[in-house]
Amino acid sequence: MSVLEVPVLSVKQMNKQYGNGCSTCKQMKSGKVTKNYCHECGTVYACRDLTFDLYQGEVLGIVGESGSGKSTLMKSLYFDEEVTDGELYVAGFEDGNKNVFMESAQKKRYVRNHLMGKVYQNPILGLKMDFSSIGNIAEKLISAGNRHVGSMESRGAELLEAVNIPVHRMKEEPRNFSGGMQQRVQIAKALSNNPPILLLDEVTTGLDLSVQASVLDLIKGLQRDLNISIVLVSHDLGVIRMLADRTLVMLEGKVIEQGLTDQILEDPQHPYTQQLVHSLL
Amino acid sequence: MNKTYNFAFFDEGSKREIRRATLKAIAIPGYQVPFASREMPIGRGWGTGGLQLTLSLIGKDDVLKVIDQGSDESVNAVNIKKLVSDTTGVRTTDSTKGASLIQSRHRVPEVPLQRDQILILQVPLPEPLRNFEPSEHETKKLHAEREYSGAWLMLFEQIMKYGIMATDADHPVMVHDRYVMAPSPIPRFDNSKLDNNEALILLGAGREKKVYAIPPYTNISSLAFDDYGFEIESFANHACILCGSNDVFLDELVDEESGETYFQCNDTSNCLEMVNQKQSLGVK
Repeated sequence: MSVLEVPVLSVKQMNKQYGNGCSTCKQMKSGKVTKNYCHECGTVYACRDLTFDLYQGEVLGIVGESGSGKSTLMKSLYFDEEVTDGELYVAGFEDGNKNVFMESAQKKRYVRNHLMGKVYQNPILGLKMDFSSIGNIAEKLISAGNRHVGSMESRGAELLEAVNIPVHRMKEEPRNFSGGMQQRVQIAKALSNNPPILLLDEVTTGLDLSVQASVLDLIKGLQRDLNISIVLVSHDLGVIRMLADRTLVMLEGKVIEQGLTDQILEDPQHPYTQQLVHSLL
Repeated sequence: MNKTYNFAFFDEGSKREIRRATLKAIAIPGYQVPFASREMPIGRGWGTGGLQLTLSLIGKDDVLKVIDQGSDESVNAVNIKKLVSDTTGVRTTDSTKGASLIQSRHRVPEVPLQRDQILILQVPLPEPLRNFEPSEHETKKLHAEREYSGAWLMLFEQIMKYGIMATDADHPVMVHDRYVMAPSPIPRFDNSKLDNNEALILLGAGREKKVYAIPPYTNISSLAFDDYGFEIESFANHACILCGSNDVFLDELVDEESGETYFQCNDTSNCLEMVNQKQSLGVK
């Protein structure tokens, strides 16, 4: 294998469940378990046996209905939640030989602060609404070890410029901004220390069409210019079609189909994917 | 001395519990140790944390000094002194050198402390990350993981808004390169006095139920950026109107008749000592 084919992020057999599980649902007996919910003990199996790779410069789309485990996957990748079991390898951390899920909280924080950026669906989760926009960007830089105000300020201004936020508003709190602007501040924050991996969770949901277009345009441009790898979660197939190179389809916590985006959208194999693609038309 | 109370107001079990928390605090410099803050005859937020530390530590041979923002004679300082001496019978003093226990609100005395002295600071808000993260559960995790970007971020915000680090008092410090700590609302002028101090410095927050400590000879550095250094209050070209000192922390006051501003020592006992020294020189 050539160097280029080593994945920047690799997930193996990741499981995330809410609840301890019982003898009934551990064996996945039918009847007692509806979708990914066990009626016996109330355990929710949010992510089941997820395995995938993300390569350099690639956009990996993840689609699925609500409740299919997309956001849980994203939270687990950003260590917002602990996984039940599974492995995660990141190219920039210990040469990609150590399972990050098993590392200490400090090491996870290092990976999160140095190697990843995340844009949440809800800006309240990703931004400090009481701190200035430039402060929000600086937070990420400070946690990556920067202690120079001048360099952080100029980097912040440069990024806000890139996401079309007027520089004269950079000292304003994001709470004063529109939803689309908040989302763009989040993107600027996520990009601030040039992370090789960007996690985007439903970035365009809830934005009006013209703002959606400008945010998507921005992401596409960033991906092309900076050659970063992106995991993109969306239930909007239009967004997936426009941005994603490869796509995973999730249902009830499992990956039911994966392949090139065109292939999945033009020739879906799984009945659920067929229904999904069909309902788009 | 009032004998209807146990020595030093508390029962022995209470004193022991507070001392145990204090020992833990000394063992982990800068770490906030929770303790069972007692109901006191003064209101929470009026120095109960410091008072509980004082009462748990005081012995019959101690000499107590209490200062309230530099003053030995303010109502709060006088009443705390009264309470302690009523229930213990220990001597009180205004002299920093003559005291073995010094309870202070928001000042470190100007006279350098010595190795057999204990300075007890009253703390209103012990958590330096509180404005950044409201949840105690989360801040405990941040301390555990030595994740202090929040403390720096708050300073960054001040620089963005005001052009300087605008902490007048309670400028956060790093304790021995491990814990970020709120030094209680002492002026920035006093932060440097904490570094490598010979005395034991204890900090008690009664309302927030926390005790923490700076053992003698602990490295204390004030948080700062590479290009925005830590600066203390400047009193250049000003001196105390009473004693003429210009290397101490000064209060800016207004003469109500003439409307002019003048400066005066904040540490009253030190000021008095300086004045007395000068006068005795003058007589000769």
